[in-house]
Amino acid sequence: MPILNYIILSIALFSIGIVGVLTRRNAIIIFMCIELMLNAVNLLLVAFSKMHMNTAFKAGDLAGTAGTDGQIFVFFIMVVAAAEVSVGLAIIVMMYRNIHSVDVNFLNRLKQ
Amino acid sequence: MNALIISAVLGVVMMFSGILLKQKSAIRTVAIAGILVLLGMSILDLKGIQLFSIDTREMIVFDHFALVFNTVIFAVVLLYLLLSAPDMEKVGVNYAEYFALIFFILCGAALVTSFKSLLILFLGIEIISIPLYILTGSDKRNLKGNEAALKYFLLGSFSTGLMLMGIALLYGARASFSTVISPAIIPQNMSLLYAGMILLLFAMAFKVSAAPFHFWTPDVYDGAPTVFTSFMATIVKVVVFFGFIRLFDDMFEPQQGQWRLWVTVITAVTLFIGNITAVFQQSVKRMLAYSSIAQAGFMLFALYAMSGDGKEGLMLYTVAYSAATIGIFAVLARMSDYTFDGFNGLAKSQPMVAATLTVFLLSLAGIPLTAGFMAKFYMLKAALGTPGSLWLVIFAVIMAAVSVYYYFRVIQAMYFKEPGDTPHPAFPSFFKGMLLVLAFLVILLGVYPELLLGRLYF
Repeated sequence: MPILNYIILSIALFSIGIVGVLTRRNAIIIFMCIELMLNAVNLLLVAFSKMHMNTAFKAGDLAGTAGTDGQIFVFFIMVVAAAEVSVGLAIIVMMYRNIHSVDVNFLNRLKQ
Repeated sequence: MNALIISAVLGVVMMFSGILLKQKSAIRTVAIAGILVLLGMSILDLKGIQLFSIDTREMIVFDHFALVFNTVIFAVVLLYLLLSAPDMEKVGVNYAEYFALIFFILCGAALVTSFKSLLILFLGIEIISIPLYILTGSDKRNLKGNEAALKYFLLGSFSTGLMLMGIALLYGARASFSTVISPAIIPQNMSLLYAGMILLLFAMAFKVSAAPFHFWTPDVYDGAPTVFTSFMATIVKVVVFFGFIRLFDDMFEPQQGQWRLWVTVITAVTLFIGNITAVFQQSVKRMLAYSSIAQAGFMLFALYAMSGDGKEGLMLYTVAYSAATIGIFAVLARMSDYTFDGFNGLAKSQPMVAATLTVFLLSLAGIPLTAGFMAKFYMLKAALGTPGSLWLVIFAVIMAAVSVYYYFRVIQAMYFKEPGDTPHPAFPSFFKGMLLVLAFLVILLGVYPELLLGRLYF
């Protein structure tokens, strides 16, 4: 499959994530949309990695190590996303304990 | 490399000290000893003595400028801890963990100042951001703190998503994560490269709170505990700025024509929004949040000019801005009333504190003989070195004149108004001494900036 299809798919996923973050009001759903954005990036990185590997293969590099750094990056993104989830959920739980809601519309005390 | 590893180790040490030590003063002593060790390690780095030899595959390169910057940052953190560490007791019960998180942030700072690979930039920014989310929400019962933490977390992760997308697109174009421009890395697809560059520019502008990506800053700075706002607004901000400039200096120099217009617009809008909105604030804490946006506008000149002068200016700005802002926030954290009226008549009851605060505010406003003036001067000098920048510089000077209004409101309240009903808090003598040291530093660098700048190249 040409690389363009992967780019379009992952840009579509990424845009769904952005629209979700900007329009939804539930903190958990916003959070899931952010995860969607990160996973769109993961998909794109793996697709590019495979593309660079193929290019190197055609150019005569038979070792097959070109482009693997993109896949390693994906692991780092997963680890960091997991760390972010643990902190983020803790913050959301802390807020829920205080105001019994996860609606971001309640976040207006600082505006006064 | 020394400082990078030791800072992570010190973070773990601080976590254990919370279990082993019962007294808060003992924990504080360990933390201050830790930052002294870190400073020593950074100086060893500068002298070329490496305690650890690790092959980072050119992903991390500690050049001289980065090492000097690291040393300066650790020195500023030392001053910050000496001044503000006792105030952290009021935030919550996990006293040792706050120091642990600060050391982890310093580990991230060492990465952000020395990366040569986009992977390290990403990891560094995240290692800085995630502990900051926790510090922002560390006052668990305070609804404002909760709100600030959630807002910071959601918007911070959102900007991380943008940054990662930029990195992925750049990877598609260049087949490498290295930020070094070498003949081996030829961008194959220029449209992917530009899209990735613009996304990275937006994401980094978001992290340094440059307008129009600044909207989270006032709320987060206002809601977070004041001691941590001080840390966020000074040390973290200048470190991320340094990473921002390093990224564009290393990687996108050939594309300067494409991004300079964006940076010009961002600089002008940041200066305008930061200064004009700060005028209308009633709370000193919120005014300082907007003032930090306005100062970010000046720091953006280092990116705009991308020259030696700009880097020197950034170094000077780091010290001038951090020293002054840390001092003001430390006093603010002890005040009971955060509005301008809370400062009424401070000069009568606390003449020394009021005098040092005046020095800090003059420095932020950029009055000559203070470090803030020299920092602004270097920035504008750097900007004038690039053709076609005259109007931007004139605009910046007008905006600096506007900033005098809101800084002087505090001075006016301290000296020319009668004290209100609530008495001003008492300040311990060590605290006053530290304020004097900071004020002395601000004036010293305003008179002899070469003391710092002379160390940049040798």
